[in-house]
Amino acid sequence: MSARRPTASLDRGTAAVLVAIAILAPLIFNTYWIGTLLTQMLFLGIVAASLIFLSAYGGMVSLAQVALYGIAGFAIGNLTTNGNTKGLNLGWTPLAAIPVALAITIGLGLLFGALSSRSVGIYFLMITLTFSVIANLFFGQVTSLSGFGGISGIPAPGFIGNVDHHPDRLYYLALVLALLVYALLRYIARTPFGLTLQGIRDDPVRMSSLGYNVTLHRTLAFGFASFIAAIGGVLFAYWNGHIDPATIGLGATIDVLVVAVIGGLSRLEGAWLGALVFVLINNYAQRIGFVSDRFHTLIGVVFLVIVLLSPDGLMGLWGRLGDLRRRGERPGQAPTGGSERGSGELEPTV
Amino acid sequence: MTDFATFASSRTARLVGRGLLVVLIAFPVIWVLFIANGTSFGSAVSDPKDFLITLLNGLTAAALYFVVASGFTLIFGLMRVVNMAHGAFFLFGGYIALKVQRGQVGEGGSFGLSSSQVGLFQWVLPLIAGAAAVAGLGLLMQQLFIRWNQGQELRQALITIAVSIIMADQMLAHFGGVAQDIAWPGTFDKFVNLHVAGVQYTLTRLVIAGIGLAIGLGLWLWLKKTRTGMVIRAGVDDRAMVSAMGINIQLTFAIAFLVGSALAGVGGVIGGSFASLAPGVDANWLLNSLVVVIIGGMGSLGGAAIGALLLGLTTNFAAAYLPADYTFYSIIFTFVLLAIVLAVRPLGLYGRPA
Repeated sequence: MSARRPTASLDRGTAAVLVAIAILAPLIFNTYWIGTLLTQMLFLGIVAASLIFLSAYGGMVSLAQVALYGIAGFAIGNLTTNGNTKGLNLGWTPLAAIPVALAITIGLGLLFGALSSRSVGIYFLMITLTFSVIANLFFGQVTSLSGFGGISGIPAPGFIGNVDHHPDRLYYLALVLALLVYALLRYIARTPFGLTLQGIRDDPVRMSSLGYNVTLHRTLAFGFASFIAAIGGVLFAYWNGHIDPATIGLGATIDVLVVAVIGGLSRLEGAWLGALVFVLINNYAQRIGFVSDRFHTLIGVVFLVIVLLSPDGLMGLWGRLGDLRRRGERPGQAPTGGSERGSGELEPTV
Repeated sequence: MTDFATFASSRTARLVGRGLLVVLIAFPVIWVLFIANGTSFGSAVSDPKDFLITLLNGLTAAALYFVVASGFTLIFGLMRVVNMAHGAFFLFGGYIALKVQRGQVGEGGSFGLSSSQVGLFQWVLPLIAGAAAVAGLGLLMQQLFIRWNQGQELRQALITIAVSIIMADQMLAHFGGVAQDIAWPGTFDKFVNLHVAGVQYTLTRLVIAGIGLAIGLGLWLWLKKTRTGMVIRAGVDDRAMVSAMGINIQLTFAIAFLVGSALAGVGGVIGGSFASLAPGVDANWLLNSLVVVIIGGMGSLGGAAIGALLLGLTTNFAAAYLPADYTFYSIIFTFVLLAIVLAVRPLGLYGRPA
């Protein structure tokens, strides 16, 4: 179980084609696809990537990522709105609010991380879930910050303009940020900090006896992941223009977990793949006759099937297909991909 | 980094930590007893009646927390399965009882049934039906999905999350989104004079406390005095060894899942009578169960009792004794309670390493 390594399973050609499609998307797809589906896919993918980063490199499956994303969104809402809505209505300019919102989220992320990072595995999952539900209830009850109705009319910065009129601007911003987040997470994984984190994932006792502060590394990783989640939250606030406690309820928390699991908990690319599948099901399942309003049941069933059949999610399936292809090309050679070791095992290292 | 680590483990830091802990525990107690400025009741010394009522509210809420969380902790302790569908089980038990009660008595008026229309049996039968339905459902889930993923804790947790998504959506489809409640029997729905500080207290809450005590005592006797209980306690410590002794551990797992789920169902029926049943209630009760077992220590029955008491008292006193302008912030106290316990004992008060 400890041998599971996050591997890049997209070869360069496929990745280049996908990025090219993403850049040209506004020319290919209609406004609904750009403004609703693909932008949503990008920021949901960013939040899911923060979850997958913690899971793949730190062995920590966190359910608090949606709460942190919501905290960033509520901070943006409170700081930038100007009258006519709930919250503090501080009326800052949008650009000034961004660093403050990120700082608040990272601060709370470090607090959450410090409290939960001495626990591992299933305990960590439960503790972060309680943080998530408490954050949801907090914004529901504290009317001076939000209340159940939430905050409306959150303005996007000037260069994005009105999101309804220029959906492609927010789309490109989300695309650039998603690519940066992906590159940053891959880079962090290769720094001494990232390598130590992976060492802690595989054998915390040994790392501790080598002199590494296990709890501190876990806490810092959590704080870093909360920064990533906060980016997603800021994008969400601009995209939706409105944020309310239901945005970060148990349902939303589970939605992001579903995204990460569908994509694959051990591969960063899976975040955006899972997000795409989720967004498509969410938007189109209602048109299937027998599904209609019960698309959450459909999502639950898809989730259940993936957990039961392919614990590595769709990226795990992709990896195994790749292994099969390679085996076909060079008969007699055993597959060497990391996905083989990963299949059937979903446990973070305890 | 190293300086910080040295400091964190130094004696001074420990003393500071202890001091902070004492202040964090002592201040709320002193506040409630003697100060309580700007609250609706005033301090306990000046208004013992409302203090007593708040205390009783906290204790009776704790009884219900305990009933629900004991099922959760029983399943976890033996099988290391975190049943994330526990909240959905709670709600499902409540809805089944509601349907059975309406089937017996009729639909009632636009606000549902009133307690005067309901006899004791018309509450007890729905209680049994709700518990049995959830017990069956829990057993089904365990046999179909959980059983063959033994030892893969995270995967099992994800499976129960998937089940809870499906259940929540199906319950919304079948029972609607409007809050409904189960009617108490007329026998319970009245006030009793406690003859202390002139408190008239509602009997239903005392009944809840009684059920909580009875279930706690029953579970304790079952685990301590019966053969199945002994196997369960042995299984908590060493599953492989119990299995090697020739005991059918799968049967024991099935029994524990049956009883644990039934307790969620019992909790749902009480909760549905005491408050109401609606979409979202499942999330709140999953939260309550998680907080109780995280505070008390996963898998420990005594821990669940202590955790339930702490949570029940904290939520009720925070709601009643915060200054009137700040009562909205009472949810923070749940977080603070959790934070204090995790900072001092990461595995919970009675938790043991797996």
